[in-house]
Amino acid sequence: MVHQYKMGGYNIVIDVNSGAIHVVDDLTYDMIEMYESSDKNAIFAALEEKYPSQAGDLEEAWQEIQDLIASEDLFSKDNYEPYITDFANRPTVVKALCLHIAHDCNLACKYCFAEEGEYHGKRELMSFEVGKKALDFLVANSGKRRNLEVDFFGGEPLLNFQVVKDLVAYGRSLEEKYDKNFRFTLTTNGVLLDDDIMEFANKEMGNVVLSIDGRPEIHNMMRPFPKGAESYDLIVPKFQKFADSRNQDKYYVRGTFTRNNLDFSKDVLHLADLGFKQISVEPVVAQETDDYALREEDLPQLFEEYENLAEEMVRRHGTDEDFNFFHFMIDLEGGPCVAKRLSGCGSGTEYLAVTPTGDLYPCHQFVGNPDFLMGNVDDGVVNTDLRDSFKSCNVYAKDKCRECFARFYCSGGCAANSYNFHGDIHNAYDIGCALQKKRVECAIMIKAALAAKEGEKE
Amino acid sequence: MKHVQTLNTKKLQNTVKKGGCGECQTSCQSACKTSCTVGNQSCENNK
Repeated sequence: MVHQYKMGGYNIVIDVNSGAIHVVDDLTYDMIEMYESSDKNAIFAALEEKYPSQAGDLEEAWQEIQDLIASEDLFSKDNYEPYITDFANRPTVVKALCLHIAHDCNLACKYCFAEEGEYHGKRELMSFEVGKKALDFLVANSGKRRNLEVDFFGGEPLLNFQVVKDLVAYGRSLEEKYDKNFRFTLTTNGVLLDDDIMEFANKEMGNVVLSIDGRPEIHNMMRPFPKGAESYDLIVPKFQKFADSRNQDKYYVRGTFTRNNLDFSKDVLHLADLGFKQISVEPVVAQETDDYALREEDLPQLFEEYENLAEEMVRRHGTDEDFNFFHFMIDLEGGPCVAKRLSGCGSGTEYLAVTPTGDLYPCHQFVGNPDFLMGNVDDGVVNTDLRDSFKSCNVYAKDKCRECFARFYCSGGCAANSYNFHGDIHNAYDIGCALQKKRVECAIMIKAALAAKEGEKE
Repeated sequence: MKHVQTLNTKKLQNTVKKGGCGECQTSCQSACKTSCTVGNQSCENNK
């Protein structure tokens, strides 16, 4: 399968199954486009007419295409399905937990899937005892995996910070004995952030996610305090200090965009202009009936926003205003293996969410839905049918993914999004897919542009 | 090549033999929490 597109002045050809990415001239772009549907004579005749001055290049371009096919860099085959099926049948280990340290929050964000932290339940905090059992469960079920990830999530985890600190200490006490390496992360809205917490996080947290939506009017509209007061002015200086104290690395300021800010590239650039270097601003996941939900008719504008953002990032590259945008990151040299790319996010199998009372769910987005209760920290995963359903949730189980060029970049998308829109985890959320595809195209265009910039220097 | 510039050198086909160790980061733990993005993750064996 080949996907080709033009963006930013570049002709880009993605050979989906090999992951090879080619930047080609106009003549070759058209030749590749016609390659599978026409024979050589017909292609040459058509291209001679379209590019009369390049008639002498046709044979050369044709040969380059033959060479790429021979080296399996173009029109390569998808031989991965049996491999992924075998891979999915391996014994399940758990390697990551999302600990809902507090089902409570000091903000009242309007789009919160956790319903202001309560997750369809009551306000409660995780006790140290429950958290300890969760870490024991993780170690006991992690097999030979050495790196274990624990995210302190909420609601707002800083409402229960002593338990966070105690659990980090407890996790560290297990590392040597069991030959494990805990990677702790923290997701916070910043309201309670102070110097002591920053110092602790800088010592213990491999990554921190700081929630902020962008421009003050956008942020304050969607992320107010429960009585309506604005939160932007309180958190921004703290986040700036925190980001600097981490040397502008191993953190993200993370925002959500909604129908209220379809011009979200302005929010990304606002965050960049505040000095943040690691930025993630992501589309809201909402019910269709929510007035802030993204609609299909919004897609053209959103595509344009992504393209404009990508072009602005190319312009800023190598300057003091340079920044990293999470959804445009793409690793062309050291990226994930095929197994990782095709087997899904790991929710319900390798990755589980733990509620304050110790219940286990496939991920944070399913918490509170009784149909998705998998077990608890005392008994482990007891609903193995549900686990097996998630285990089978790879790109080959989804018809929409089979024909999609982006399947190697998103691994089949978010199961929770699929469930929210189609009532089935083995489907895909269509607006999310459209945006994901555009992001992949933009990310690759940035690579092409930076390669061209490098080429100019040489 | 005169007409084609290839941006990457690593082939996905070559990751089949040694891949799948599972030591890499779970995608949702990185930042997103609402989408699934694995193309931007790094391989633990390349570090």
